[in-house]
Amino acid sequence: MPAKGWIEVNELHCKGCELCVQACPQEVMSLDKTRLTPKGYHPVQLHAEGCTGCAICAVVCPEAALTVYRQIESRPVAAAA
Amino acid sequence: MINPLPNTHTQVVYQRPKSLTTAVTHYCPGCTHGVSQRLVAEVLDEMGLREKAIGVASVGCSVFAYNYFDVDFVEAAHGRAPAMATGIKRVFPDRTVFTYQGDGDLASIGMAEVMHAAARGENITIIFINNAIYGMTGGQMAPTTLPGMKTTSSPLGRDIEMTGMPIRMAELLSKMDGSSFVVRRSLHDATNIRKAKKAIRTAFEVQQQGLGFSLVELLSTCPTNWDLTPNEALSFVEEKMIPYFELGDYKVADAVKALKL
Repeated sequence: MPAKGWIEVNELHCKGCELCVQACPQEVMSLDKTRLTPKGYHPVQLHAEGCTGCAICAVVCPEAALTVYRQIESRPVAAAA
Repeated sequence: MINPLPNTHTQVVYQRPKSLTTAVTHYCPGCTHGVSQRLVAEVLDEMGLREKAIGVASVGCSVFAYNYFDVDFVEAAHGRAPAMATGIKRVFPDRTVFTYQGDGDLASIGMAEVMHAAARGENITIIFINNAIYGMTGGQMAPTTLPGMKTTSSPLGRDIEMTGMPIRMAELLSKMDGSSFVVRRSLHDATNIRKAKKAIRTAFEVQQQGLGFSLVELLSTCPTNWDLTPNEALSFVEEKMIPYFELGDYKVADAVKALKL
């Protein structure tokens, strides 16, 4: 099962440049056209499930506006024995 | 936005580096200036240099770098950042001193300062952003503008009969005996951004080991003045800039190779 992740967008910094939208390998990012940030840009959002927390969006983000989280998978303890 | 998964253990995979302030940058949306300064901040965080680093900002779009880096910073006169960094490094040899310069600043008015800093083998690090244009002043032709490229001061495209060919700074500086580490990287996709970060880290290591002059040239975008969308600008870097400004390690001194970073 692929890892599950999600992003948090700092809307003060996001300028809606769409570099992360293009870079996302899962293609689950898009601009939220229904909202505006305090600076007047459409912020980026996750529009579907499938984020793996790979952080490629954060690597290409020029404004360091994204925080990326990933779910820690619980490992079976008995497997070592 | 999808809600975070409830009741699960989570880890932070990426967060904003501490060496950046919370200030909102003046850069246009999609400008990779932000990427390069974020990489520098990440490297400063990883190496624990936040309290020991002194940056020198140049003139151009990089002029407000002192507002964005949460480290000690000074602002130099146009093109004179390597000279100022030389003075700072000689007074405080235990600090990590770096300059953050664009191509209009370093390759044009600041040509003398950077050449002589390299000739002397000054133990400083230079982060050189090459976006082939003067961004801040309104998109005029720079020494690095590509042949035939339209700018506000070359509306018919750069005429190489009249203005010559673009200057390849990394190649030029690699020929100086004093330089130790001179490389060119690009910021047009995630893979190249990671390579650029590694090069910046090596450049700072070179300075920490006292091995001399280090420079990382980063091919960057200027979507506004190139009149392209941010993603089209990345393609322009890949298809037009990289064939002329080839990526690679132009000078890695034997002492730097011996570090085995």
